[in-house]
Amino acid sequence: MPKTYQLVVIGAGPGGLCAAITAASLGLDVVVLDEQPSPGGQIYRGISQTPDDRSALLGADYQRGADLVAAFKASGAQYWPQTTVWSLNSRREIGILRQGRASIIQAERVIVASGAMERPVPFLGWTLPGVMNAGAAQILLKTAGVVPAQGTVIAGTGPLPLLVAWQYLRAGVKVKAVLELSPGTNLWRAAPYLPGALVAGDYISRGLKYTLDLNKGGVPIYYGVSRLQARGNDRIEAVEYGWDILGSDRRETIITDSLLVHFGVIPRTNLTKAAGCQHIWDRGQQCWRPQVDRWGNTNVPGIAVIGDNAGIGGARSAEHSGRLAALEAARSWHLISTQQRDRQAHNDLKWLRKDLRVRPFLEALYRLPDSLLVPPDDEILVCRCEEISAGQIRQAVREEHGDPNQVKFYLRCGMGPCQGRQCAPAVAQIVAAENKRPVADYTTFRVRPPIRTLTIAQLANLESSES
Amino acid sequence: MKVDVAIVGGGLMGSSTALHLARAGQKVIVVEKNSPGRHASGVNAGGLRRLNRDPAEIPLAVVAAQMWREIESLVGSDCDVQLSGQVRVAENAADLQKLSERAALVRSLGFEHEQLITRERLYQLVPALAPHCVGGLYTAGDGFARPYHALTAFRRQAQSLGVKYHTGFPVTGLERLGSCWRVVTESAKFEAPILVNCAGAWAGQICAYLDEPVPLKVGAPMMMVTERLPHFLDPVVGAASRKLSFKQMQNGTVLIGGAYLAEHDMVKETTEIDLTKLSASSQTVLALFPRMANVRIVRTWAGLEAFMPDRIPVIGSSAKHPSVYHAFGFSAHGFQLSPVVGRIMSELILNQKSSLALEPFSIQRFQSSG
Ligand SMILES: Cc1cc2nc3c(=O)[nH]c(=O)nc-3n(C[C@H](O)[C@H](O)[C@H](O)COP(=O)(O)OP(=O)(O)OC[C@H]3O[C@@H](n4cnc5c(N)ncnc54)[C@H](O)[C@@H]3O)c2cc1C
Ligand SMILES: Cc1cc2nc3c(=O)[nH]c(=O)nc-3n(C[C@H](O)[C@H](O)[C@H](O)COP(=O)(O)OP(=O)(O)OC[C@H]3O[C@@H](n4cnc5c(N)ncnc54)[C@H](O)[C@@H]3O)c2cc1C
Repeated sequence: MPKTYQLVVIGAGPGGLCAAITAASLGLDVVVLDEQPSPGGQIYRGISQTPDDRSALLGADYQRGADLVAAFKASGAQYWPQTTVWSLNSRREIGILRQGRASIIQAERVIVASGAMERPVPFLGWTLPGVMNAGAAQILLKTAGVVPAQGTVIAGTGPLPLLVAWQYLRAGVKVKAVLELSPGTNLWRAAPYLPGALVAGDYISRGLKYTLDLNKGGVPIYYGVSRLQARGNDRIEAVEYGWDILGSDRRETIITDSLLVHFGVIPRTNLTKAAGCQHIWDRGQQCWRPQVDRWGNTNVPGIAVIGDNAGIGGARSAEHSGRLAALEAARSWHLISTQQRDRQAHNDLKWLRKDLRVRPFLEALYRLPDSLLVPPDDEILVCRCEEISAGQIRQAVREEHGDPNQVKFYLRCGMGPCQGRQCAPAVAQIVAAENKRPVADYTTFRVRPPIRTLTIAQLANLESSES
Repeated sequence: MKVDVAIVGGGLMGSSTALHLARAGQKVIVVEKNSPGRHASGVNAGGLRRLNRDPAEIPLAVVAAQMWREIESLVGSDCDVQLSGQVRVAENAADLQKLSERAALVRSLGFEHEQLITRERLYQLVPALAPHCVGGLYTAGDGFARPYHALTAFRRQAQSLGVKYHTGFPVTGLERLGSCWRVVTESAKFEAPILVNCAGAWAGQICAYLDEPVPLKVGAPMMMVTERLPHFLDPVVGAASRKLSFKQMQNGTVLIGGAYLAEHDMVKETTEIDLTKLSASSQTVLALFPRMANVRIVRTWAGLEAFMPDRIPVIGSSAKHPSVYHAFGFSAHGFQLSPVVGRIMSELILNQKSSLALEPFSIQRFQSSG
């Protein structure tokens, strides 16, 4: 029998940390697992190790994490860093990899807080070396101070490209241009949500500040850009783009050996899918996410999902949802009554509602056009592991391989080492478009363990009990 | 459209039966609750094995092997067939004894395909094998294919001959209407004078509708597959006294099976991988292929399969109803048999007899008094 733990939290981001702090304070035995070497999650990555000058460079946003990490360290929750979760099933057995050894632990209750990943958007040339996700580049900056030496172009949608450009500007890196790929019409669609958004803190004002600073720093920002393409032979040599304004086929070229792209983030659903949790298509966020109630509960008993993992809400929302799930866990063991839970949840629920009011505005403002969700050109590689193009996928659908899993069986797309993480959304989008059905009618690939690769020797030496 | 035959189940057995019937000019429909190949036929290990078959199955497997060799002429695709042999490895004297008895048995039945091989020959065939093995049983001309591709080829060929697939229609009942069978689904009904049960892991349910119960048990064999490796292995490797099926696919990935079963849920039609058993499976791999230690496992999966108590299928006509035929219960080795099963079913349906002996597969073996 595997060793049993009362509450296991997967992910030490703001969501997981708040869940753990609250749960521990209510008397629960908590273990927090995270594959990173230190707590903080995506946003506060390496916060306890980042030299002061670099964290100052990264802005006040980043420093907020220090308090959170300190509170976590004082909470009494166990913390297992550098622990990768490679399996979660409906019986709450968790496969972990620690110091090269694989084992299975049993949780009575699980809070999944594994956060978000950058939305993979296949476009022409996206697999060329030198093209990188802006978020991944940001991590290199946060943790190692690594930046593109010859300057870079930053393209995409959402607030992150602006933020990364701003952070690079402050770090003295040449940003040749910021290409904003959200259609100009998004502004009109977003406008009605603006009053709601204004209530929600400083999101908008920060965006304005970044834009102003970039303007002052001489970084050109181009709006409404479309048909992004990376060109080059063995690696990227130039970026090409145009505008889809009526009748215009103007193309622009920027010579660059680095292109950073970012199209927003989507929940990491591989653990919850492997565990059999129900997922739904979120129209606003244009992604699939686990279906949860306000306490984070999924349809699988004892498994809750919080933070960006349950739907993109940002770091503050993650904190609130983490506390809510912890209260619910405490209630489930009768450490607090339902009334106590509801009373203590009051503020978090209120803040969550307020914080979430900015989302409809941001979602409308940064809404991806179909041309980014459904790769338009047949030549675009969709599955980079198995080198399968959009055209091959369309052809397979026409030959009656009518859902994403059939396409996967037939073409092997999604069967490579990334296990479909990079191509799953685009494949489902292509299938839906080709069948002329709403994408909500489809689910992405089935997910099986290991959700992170494991060697044969590691699996052979699996420890399923603690001596 | 007037239909001659309605087949429940769009896996390989249903599709092969449909194809053979259509070649004989029959109007056939296939009623499938999910999509063709969604279950065992699409996700199996693709092994084409005469080696170590139940004696009753050997004549069928031998004909099937011939059909796989010429599969392109049947289905218009080579199904990525790779006939690089299959071998069962002996690791000690007791294993070798077991294998030589097996070879003698097969010979006594008049077949020559299972050949005892020396240690030297074994290492010629499988240089990557751990050094302790002492010999093996080898069938040249066995091999493997890509199951979902094979299923697709069968389906498309059948469709090109007029077979109609109704996918997304779970059959929920069967009714006798005069001389016809009515296949009932939630949203449509199909009628045909002849009914074929190729419902795989759900075949027992179809039998229950027909009031002809069978002791079918569902199991979910698990598989794992590694990252791509440079070519190092030709034949499919099994072992005399271990649960293992080990093959390197054309693209370099290594497919590992061993008949370890996953948890499964027939209502949700889901399976859940049992990691402890896959750990045992990995230990077996390391015992025979130590070089695999640091190779990464990329995926695992499992598929729902019908097992009969005696591990051989039911193939033949119903003992209870006229014009009803069964082909199910392949007990994790039906992929290789699928071409010949379709041929047998069409012979039975059209001529009331088969060119191959089917007595051992009769459904009556489960119905005799007791
Ligand atoms: C690339 C990127 C950049 C971002 N940049 C900003 C920004 O600059 N400003 C901003 O306000 N917001 C940013 N966000 C959003 C912000 O990070 C999130 O809203 C916030 O971190 C959500 O917190 P969380 O607790 O839900 O998840 P996260 O903070 O993402 O934490 C999840 C944790 O789970 C761990 N984990 C995941 N999978 C596993 C596994 N299988 N095994 C073990 N551990 C695992 C991860 O290591 C991580 O520590 C960014 C998001 C991304 C993806
Ligand atoms: C993991 C695994 C590995 C295997 N490896 C090998 C191997 O290496 N070599 C080998 O020879 N064999 C192997 N097998 C066995 C082989 O896959 C099966 O014996 C064979 O595919 C059975 O085919 P089938 O058409 O009977 O079943 P299936 O492919 O399961 O088809 C039955 C179909 O009937 C449909 N159906 C069921 N009930 C209804 C209903 N009520 N209404 C409508 N439709 C219905 C199902 O949806 C299904 O599509 C393996 C099996 C598994 C699971």
